[in-house]
Amino acid sequence: MNDVVICLLSPAGFDRAAQGLAGEGRRLAEKLGSQLKAIVLSPQSPATAPEVAQVCDEVIVVEQDEYQPETALTALVDVCRQLSPAAVLFGNDTYSQEVTPRLAYRLDGAAVGDAVAITVHEQALRVSRQVYGGKAQATIELKRTPAVLWTRARSFASANKLSTPGNITELNVDAPTDTRTRIVERKRESQSEQRLEEARVIVSGGRGIGGPEPFNDELKPLAELLGAQLAASRAACDAGWVPPTFQVGQTGKKVTPDLYLAIAITGASQHMAGISEAKNIAAINTDPDAPIFKHCRFGIVEDYRKVVPLLRQKLIALQNSQR
Amino acid sequence: MKILVCLKQILDPEIPARDFRVDAAKGEAERGNANLVTNIFCENALETALQFRERFGDAKITVLSFGAASAEDSLRKALAMKADAAALVINDKNSNPDPLTVAQVLATAIRKLGTFDLVMVGREAGDWGAGQTAGLLAEELSMACVSFVDRIEAMSGGLRMKRQTDSGWEVLEAQTPLVVSITNDEHNVPRIPKVRDVMTSYHQPITQWTLADLGYEIEADKYYQLVDLSIPEKESRCEFVTGDTLDERVESLARRITEVTSAL
Repeated sequence: MNDVVICLLSPAGFDRAAQGLAGEGRRLAEKLGSQLKAIVLSPQSPATAPEVAQVCDEVIVVEQDEYQPETALTALVDVCRQLSPAAVLFGNDTYSQEVTPRLAYRLDGAAVGDAVAITVHEQALRVSRQVYGGKAQATIELKRTPAVLWTRARSFASANKLSTPGNITELNVDAPTDTRTRIVERKRESQSEQRLEEARVIVSGGRGIGGPEPFNDELKPLAELLGAQLAASRAACDAGWVPPTFQVGQTGKKVTPDLYLAIAITGASQHMAGISEAKNIAAINTDPDAPIFKHCRFGIVEDYRKVVPLLRQKLIALQNSQR
Repeated sequence: MKILVCLKQILDPEIPARDFRVDAAKGEAERGNANLVTNIFCENALETALQFRERFGDAKITVLSFGAASAEDSLRKALAMKADAAALVINDKNSNPDPLTVAQVLATAIRKLGTFDLVMVGREAGDWGAGQTAGLLAEELSMACVSFVDRIEAMSGGLRMKRQTDSGWEVLEAQTPLVVSITNDEHNVPRIPKVRDVMTSYHQPITQWTLADLGYEIEADKYYQLVDLSIPEKESRCEFVTGDTLDERVESLARRITEVTSAL
């Protein structure tokens, strides 16, 4: 029993995170010479399972009501004990982050969070993650089995489809309802149905934006033009210009877009910790020495107030010429 | 209501990257000229506890730290912020214990301090950021656990709390005893202690234990082991768009952006 198991808790279905998770799970399973299995635990699981089966050797569907911390944990412990895997991988959604250390504890394993790379070294699993607010990178070797990891799943390449989809098994877990804690209200506050972590393009504003109005009048139309999600630095969120769910950084979201356009963001290390897995970073900033430019692929030193309206015109013109 | 808040003293996370060095042999950051501070999320946790006491009364707040002898400073500050009692477990063995060791030491100290209805920890620390203390501590203490909480209120038969999720927020109801991890929010920005209270805090007692006093022996690398710590090389070749006029430079910027986005 050396299998790799991916756990899908988010009700988002087989999204980019789940696909990346399956990709990394498959690569790890190949290194270990084992199978890739998936546990799908959410009210939507029957609908998601066939998609997951395209890339996993076996899919175990655990039908549950909406996530509740204690009940979901008990169910996962139960299923994982039956599978006795070498590694259990999660994405970086709230529920996954909450459940991983406790699952590791109950399985006598060890947990590591925010994994950006997973390798095998003489049969032991090694995980790389950022520490000290993104200023350093640590490699950690797990000393217990299973390794229970939550990962920046979106930064992983997705898996190839199997020639024959895996089996789908429905499993009834006899998890008694634990009433010690209960989620009684769930509220979405994001700008659209797409999660910031899923976004391929992000337009983000910092302290230099100066107020809530430019977010609405300048950045939002630019984001719409690019099919991008809008985000912000801690300073802009703390100032109340945009909701806290917009926050990217060490204390906000860790995002993995193909393009992160940082507007009037200095690039403090706590902010960079949230975008270190972005494929391309570009910046608009008045200060040529701003730390953000050290991480950029390209950028412009100029006041965003002058750049953004013009940039929108240019992008529209380019889009029209390409039609 | 008896509340216990865990506090971790860390290297100031605000030190600029250019002053940051790692001691690869010791497996930790070099101290350099950096200050030691209380981890911000731990202070958010204490602030949340203090506000709970102010609103609902009848709560006793004990703060607990596991760390170097210097962690006494974090506890004194907590007393100055008006925590009721403080305890320190001095780590004289291992400068960087793994998350399971931390949870076991804290749990042992908590049991020695008494029984608590609510145990509060920060969601993660600004140094290692493992984010495991709440979950592992809940397991050690056989309590339920809720993560990423930013507000707690009393209600009949338990607690009502709000927490942050990736897409918004949730309201939870819970019975005690309970472990919660606290995240930051505009409502739990830590207060600045009054000068008078800072002075008083220096005369307040702090319970001090060594690991031997707790009968706890650290077993190195039983959970996981740090095998490398390094500062990643940055590819720092920003291409600044060129052009004689602003119009030309922005045109060039638009083209670079379109190159990336049209490949998606």
